[in-house]
Amino acid sequence: MSDQQEQAGRRALLAARASYGRIVAYLATRTYDVAAAEDALSEAFSRALEIWPARGVPDNPEAWLLTSARRRLIDLSRHHTVRNRAEATLQMLSEEAAECAASATPIPDERLKLLFICAHPAIDAAARTPLMLQTILGLDAGRIASAFLVAPATMSKRLLRAKAKIRNARIGFDVPEVRDLPARLDAVLDAVYAAYGTGWEDAAGADPRRRGLADEAIWLARLTTRLLPDAAEAHGLLALMLLCESRRAARRTNDGVYVPLSEQDVDLWCRPMIEDAKGSLANAAALQQLGRYQLEAAIQSMHAARLSGDRVVNWALIVQLYDALVHLSPTIGARTGRAAALAEERGDAEGLSALDAIEPRHTATYQPYWAVRSELLSRLGRNIEADAAYTRAVGLTEDAAARRFLQEKQRRLVHDQLR
Amino acid sequence: MSYVMLIYETEDALKSRSDAQAHEAYWSAWGAYHTALAEAGVITGGSSLAPGHAGTTLRIRGGERQVQDGPYADTKEQLGGYMIFDVPDLDTALDWAARCPAAEYGAVEVRPVHKME
Repeated sequence: MSDQQEQAGRRALLAARASYGRIVAYLATRTYDVAAAEDALSEAFSRALEIWPARGVPDNPEAWLLTSARRRLIDLSRHHTVRNRAEATLQMLSEEAAECAASATPIPDERLKLLFICAHPAIDAAARTPLMLQTILGLDAGRIASAFLVAPATMSKRLLRAKAKIRNARIGFDVPEVRDLPARLDAVLDAVYAAYGTGWEDAAGADPRRRGLADEAIWLARLTTRLLPDAAEAHGLLALMLLCESRRAARRTNDGVYVPLSEQDVDLWCRPMIEDAKGSLANAAALQQLGRYQLEAAIQSMHAARLSGDRVVNWALIVQLYDALVHLSPTIGARTGRAAALAEERGDAEGLSALDAIEPRHTATYQPYWAVRSELLSRLGRNIEADAAYTRAVGLTEDAAARRFLQEKQRRLVHDQLR
Repeated sequence: MSYVMLIYETEDALKSRSDAQAHEAYWSAWGAYHTALAEAGVITGGSSLAPGHAGTTLRIRGGERQVQDGPYADTKEQLGGYMIFDVPDLDTALDWAARCPAAEYGAVEVRPVHKME
């Protein structure tokens, strides 16, 4: 491949990252056809890779891609003459696109509408996050399927079904009315958070189950805060993910051994990310609309106290924050986290009774519950029960390093007992 | 829905079953996994299998019996066991497969089970 080709390839990739969602959003909000917009854009990218090396990269690559994709859409709609209405829309669209190209102005950013469509109540909840990742970031279905632990065929079907629904039901591409905004925004944020990975492997806090799509999730959260700067919870969510992400390097030793939060080397925490998160939390606080993501972020930010001189974590305040979180959103994760915090603040017996209060039907497959439970039982010297709880925790652990960590704790417990 | 988890293990993993150093960690992980499945009420059957070289394969071709030592196909990862479990859908089945100790070093295949009436 020649230098020029390589350069064109790089430019196309850069344009792809920056423009993919913008162009898909722009086309889809006008045609209601997300799948066709994606196909047309992907053809535009291949054409760019053929043409740019020979003729040079255009001054406004985004507008070039848009014009090319739009042309492809018009060709497509001519093949299907039934869609006359679509053709009229596309004609208008082509004029708009030509204007953009001529004036070198950026195309209007319609991604907020696309975010709201992806998390629309009419879209299957399991398809919302994948739809965002695909339409806004251009991720392929196979990678999304792996990250979500779903069969690739199932994932493709889900995405197709969701896009068909948008097209056939003509779900409106609008930013919701003020009245509906809070609920609709919650759905958007939940979908963004789902890309980060769920599960609280760490006894005392949110620790994603897998690397998954952390960068993508943070990117989407940041985009949401830019598109909706007055939404406090969007800033809260961004802060939460940045705080969890800031500890990534400290979670494993160089040999891949799991390190629990309380034993992490704080020098390995990413300080700029923590500062960034604190800024986001401050933005959120200024808006004065408390929500679960801000509370979760506040809880995570309390651990950052270990970076300062006294290195002491204020567990009393963490318990208070958990009380508020459980009041607002009594999920099994929040209740387990609260129990772990209570154990630190008021003793292991208090923590254990908080765990006992959780109904067994919620705990059968919830690993962090058993991880915290085994730890508290073991500290209380209730070794036989602790051993059984460790077994449950080990059996439910997906991450191999965390599994070995728990197995080792269990082994030591049994060993000490025999002595 | 009934699913079977076909568990493929490497030669090394199968060796660690009886290795003085490694067998404790190997079996405790499997035991814990089995307990978690049982406590969640999803497991309905299954077994660990002896390594492939302990197997014998039979074919009848043109009326002739052909008996061979070892497994049907010689591969790097071989069938080390299986589990049958009942869960609502494939997504849940895959959640369980991800917790299987062999997912880290071998492979886990999840297949729907056809009920023979």
